[in-house]
Amino acid sequence: MTQTNEIGDIQVAEVLDTSGLLCPLPVYKAALVLKKLEPGDVLELTCTDPGSLEDIPALARQRRDVLLAVDDRGGVQKFWIEKGEGV
Amino acid sequence: MTDLARSLANISQAEAGPKRKRLALVASKGTLDAAYPPLILATTAASLGWEVGIYFTFYGLDILHKDRYQKLKMASLANPAGPIRLPNLIGAIPGATAAATKVMKRWMKRSRMPDVTEFIEMAQGLDVTFFACATTMGVMGVEEGDLIAGCDIAGAARFLDYAADADVQLFV
Repeated sequence: MTQTNEIGDIQVAEVLDTSGLLCPLPVYKAALVLKKLEPGDVLELTCTDPGSLEDIPALARQRRDVLLAVDDRGGVQKFWIEKGEGV
Repeated sequence: MTDLARSLANISQAEAGPKRKRLALVASKGTLDAAYPPLILATTAASLGWEVGIYFTFYGLDILHKDRYQKLKMASLANPAGPIRLPNLIGAIPGATAAATKVMKRWMKRSRMPDVTEFIEMAQGLDVTFFACATTMGVMGVEEGDLIAGCDIAGAARFLDYAADADVQLFV
């Protein structure tokens, strides 16, 4: 899968939609997917919980993944997270 | 330790990279609303890649009790922030606790939040350590067989030994 966004084309390995779910579910579900991916793989994550705007960057920071891009469209946020080597 | 063993230990430590963060929680309350915060924080921290342990003590031990953890209740008395805001006089009448519990469960379900059982399964799936307070078990007559599988029965010193190496310690 290739997704185009403001930073260009991103090869996406997995897509996860957590629309309608509240904390801790977006973080919990994203972490389960990231664990299964290989380092360098990208997860495209959709969230609607307003807390996710801060929670998902915190998840990436703590897990030592790389948050490639964020797209915040009034109530719906998309994140592209590249799995790091860390966890 | 010999010099060789020590240098080997240093090498393996260096290879392991930065130390994993650790969260140590105390869950001391056994009402439905008080069961959620430690379980939410534990599953979140474990999702962040942290090592997590929860020390269930006093009424908090009910969250590990096989016959009780699915029946935790919301207090209708002395809780001005509860789901139904009742004066204490009304909150004390029979049925008020059941009604408050029902409302709380409905709220959680409507918000698509996992229930306590699901949170416990999520936490166990992420290798969260459940410490069961040994003193509470003695005081309240709770046997190991009364607890859900996989609990680590621990005294205060054992938990503090674990918490001393934690980056975050919280009491709920």
